[in-house]
Amino acid sequence: MPEFRDRARTLVDSPALTYRQRVQALAGLAEESLDPPKVSAECADALASGLVCDLAEGHAPYRPRYLLPDYARALERGSEFLGLAAPTDLYEAVAFLLSMYSQVPSITGYPVYLGDVDRLLEPYAADVDDETLTKLLRLMWVTIDRTLPDAFTHANLGPDDTRVGRTVLALERELLQTVPNLTLRVDATRTPDSLLLDAVRTVFACGKPHFVNHAMMTADLGPDYGVVSCYNSLKVGGGSHTLVRLNLAESARRHDGDVESYLATTLPAHVALNAELMAARITSLVEEARFFEHSWLVDEGLLSLDRFSAMFGVYGLAEAADRLVARSGGTGRYGHDADATAVGWRIVERAAELVSRTPLPYCEGNGGVAFLHSQSGIDSDLGVTAGTRIPIGDEPPLLEHLLAVAPNHRHFASGVSDIVQFDDTATRNPQAVVDVIRGAMATGMRDVTFNLDSNDFIRITGYLVRKSDLARLEATGQARHGSDVLAAGSVANSHVTARAVKRVISSESAPRVTG
Amino acid sequence: MPRVEPDAAGEPVGLLADTVPFSWVDGPGNRFAVFLQGCNLDCLACHNPHTIPRRTPLARPVTVEQLLDEVRRVAPFLSGVTVSGGEATLQAPFVAAWFAALRDDPTTARLTRFVDSNGCADDVTWDLLLPVTDGVMLDLKALDVATHRELTGLGNAQVLDSLDRLVAEQRLAEVRLLVVPGYNDSADVLRRTGAYVARHAPGVPVRVIGFRPHGVRAAARHIPAPTPDERTAYGTWVAESVGPELVTVV
Repeated sequence: MPEFRDRARTLVDSPALTYRQRVQALAGLAEESLDPPKVSAECADALASGLVCDLAEGHAPYRPRYLLPDYARALERGSEFLGLAAPTDLYEAVAFLLSMYSQVPSITGYPVYLGDVDRLLEPYAADVDDETLTKLLRLMWVTIDRTLPDAFTHANLGPDDTRVGRTVLALERELLQTVPNLTLRVDATRTPDSLLLDAVRTVFACGKPHFVNHAMMTADLGPDYGVVSCYNSLKVGGGSHTLVRLNLAESARRHDGDVESYLATTLPAHVALNAELMAARITSLVEEARFFEHSWLVDEGLLSLDRFSAMFGVYGLAEAADRLVARSGGTGRYGHDADATAVGWRIVERAAELVSRTPLPYCEGNGGVAFLHSQSGIDSDLGVTAGTRIPIGDEPPLLEHLLAVAPNHRHFASGVSDIVQFDDTATRNPQAVVDVIRGAMATGMRDVTFNLDSNDFIRITGYLVRKSDLARLEATGQARHGSDVLAAGSVANSHVTARAVKRVISSESAPRVTG
Repeated sequence: MPRVEPDAAGEPVGLLADTVPFSWVDGPGNRFAVFLQGCNLDCLACHNPHTIPRRTPLARPVTVEQLLDEVRRVAPFLSGVTVSGGEATLQAPFVAAWFAALRDDPTTARLTRFVDSNGCADDVTWDLLLPVTDGVMLDLKALDVATHRELTGLGNAQVLDSLDRLVAEQRLAEVRLLVVPGYNDSADVLRRTGAYVARHAPGVPVRVIGFRPHGVRAAARHIPAPTPDERTAYGTWVAESVGPELVTVV
C-alpha cells in the first residue's frame, strides 16, 4: 500500500492535471488495486510481456469499453431516469441530448458516441430558420467541447444530405474544435457529391470528418450502426464490452519458422491467448460488476446485451509481415513489395478466420464471436505500427498506398484506419479528394481518413489534436482536453508528425522520365 | 499536320514521356494524366524540356489497348483523363483513338476526356479530336505575337484561332497563362490579356501560373520566380475583365 499511497499523492498533487482529470486518474488507481480477472499463467504472461495488451482498461471492468445508446428511441419516448419528457421542438431536443450525454459512460469516462446527430435532429429542425438552427447547433457544439473534453467523443453524419448535417460541417469549419470527433457515412448513391465536397473542405479546415463506407458497414452491422472513438464501428443499442489487442509484431518475433508454419501454429496460439483475456474481462463485467443489471440505459431499452460483442484488436502487421518475409530470406517490406504485402493480407485473413471460430461469452451482437478490429495505436507504442497501416513516414504514393491496404478492410467489421496525408495541392482541387473517397470505397475500403499537413490539426492514432494545443501543453504543462496529454506522448514516441505527405505530381514539375 | 505512326497492323501507336495515375493539377478532380513525347514549341520556360524532342530512347511506345488497360485499373478513383505533353495534339490520331476506346469501354465511359494543349494545332487536328474530347485546357503563352515568338519560337495566330474554335464548339475548359517575369508580367500586358480572354472566351476559367525555375533548362534559370504578392497582382490584373470568380492563381 505505500506505493498506492505515493501514487495517489502524486495524482492529487499533479500540476499537469485538471480537477476532473485527477478524479478520473484516482478512480483508475483505485481500480488497479483490485485483482484483475483471472486468466491462465500463460495468458497473464502474454499480457505482462506485451504480446497482448488490454489498453489499460483497468483491473475491474465496471462499464463496457464502448457503448452506443439508442438516442433516437430516447428522443421518441423521453426518459424517466433523466426526468425528461420526449422533446417537442429543437430547443428541447438539443437540451435532452446534452443532458443525456452527461449520463452515458464509456471507458474514457465520457460518452464515445453522440449519435447520428443529423438524423436525430433533422425532424425538429424543420420548424426553425437557418439562423436559429446555426445558433442552436453552435451552442450545442461548443457545449460538447467544453463539457466532454475528450477527442474520443464522436458524432456521426450522413449518408443523406440534411440541413443539420450541412450546418454541422459549416460550424466545424468555423469553430475549429478537436471535440467532437466526426464521421460522415458515405453511400455511393445516397450521398451527393456536393455534400462530400462540403465535407472535404471541412477536412481542409480541421481534419474532420472521417469517411466510412455505408454499404460495407450496413452489410456487416445492419442499418443501425455508429462510429465511435477512433474508427470503432459497432451496433447502435449495443457496443463493445472490451478491446484487447494482439501485437502481431511481437507474435511474429516469437515465431521460429516460415509464414506457413506461423499461420498454422503460432498465430492460432496467440489468438487464443488474446481471446482468453477478452473472455475473462467480459465475464467480469457482465457477471461480477453486473453492468447490464444496473444501468438506466438498459432499463429504458436504450442498450441491450444482445447487441453487444467485443473487439479483437490487431496491430503491428507491418513489422510482422516484414519479419516473416525476412525469415524466409526475403527483403521486401509491407506496403512496398507485392509479396510482403500479400503476406500481410494472409495474416489478417487467417486472424479473421480464427477469431470468427472462437466463441466468446455475451457476444450475441456478432453471433457469439468478437469483431476483428485494426487497432490504431496508443501513445506508448514504440517501434510498432498502428493496426494494419504502412509505417508512418514510409507510405508509398497514394494509389499504391490504397491498393496495398484496401484488401484488409473487408475483415475489419469494427473498423480499420489508414490515414492519408495530403499537401496543399488538394485544397485547390477538392473534387479530386472526393474522387479518391469514392474510388477507395468502390474498391473495398471501409474507412478513409485524411490529414492535411498545413492545418493546425493532426490525427494522432485516430483522434485529433491541435498542434497549437500540444505546444501549449509543453509550455504550460496543462491541457483542458485529456486526449492532448495522450497525444503529447504519441508525438514524442512514434513520429506521427512525420507521416509521409502525399505529394501529388504537378504537370509543371512532372513528368519524370522513367525510361 | 498531325503525325501518324501506325504499327505493323496499322493501329496508331503513342509515344509517351510518362503517365501519372493520380494527378490533381491537370483538370477537374482526380485524373489519369498522360504526357506525350514531342512538342512543336521550344519554350524558354518549359518545365519538362526533355519532353520537347519528337524522338528519344527514353520515351515509351504504347498501343491504345495498353493505355486503356492502365486506365481501367484505376478508373473507380478518377473524374477523367487528361492528355498533356509535350504537345498532345501532335499525336492526334493516337489520342483520338484512345479517347474513343475510353468512351466505348463500360469501365471508363463515365470519365471525362481532356486535352492540355499549347494551341498550335490546325483545323484538321481539332476535327479529329473534338468529337471525342470533353474539354481543352489551352495555354496562351503571350498575347503579343513578338513576345510569343520570343518565349516559344513561334507566333500565336494559330493559338488564337484555336481559342476561338474551342469556344465556338464549347470545348474550352480553361485558359492558362504562364507569366514569366520580364516577358509578359506587366500590368498593361496582363490587363490586355484578361480583356482579350473575357471578350473571346466569356465565362471560361483562367489559371494564372507564376513562373517557377524548377526543372527549366539552364538558359532560363536566371529568371526570378515571382513572389506571392506579385502572383496575386497578376491575378488581380487579369481578373479586372475576366472576373475574380473565374481566376485561379498558382
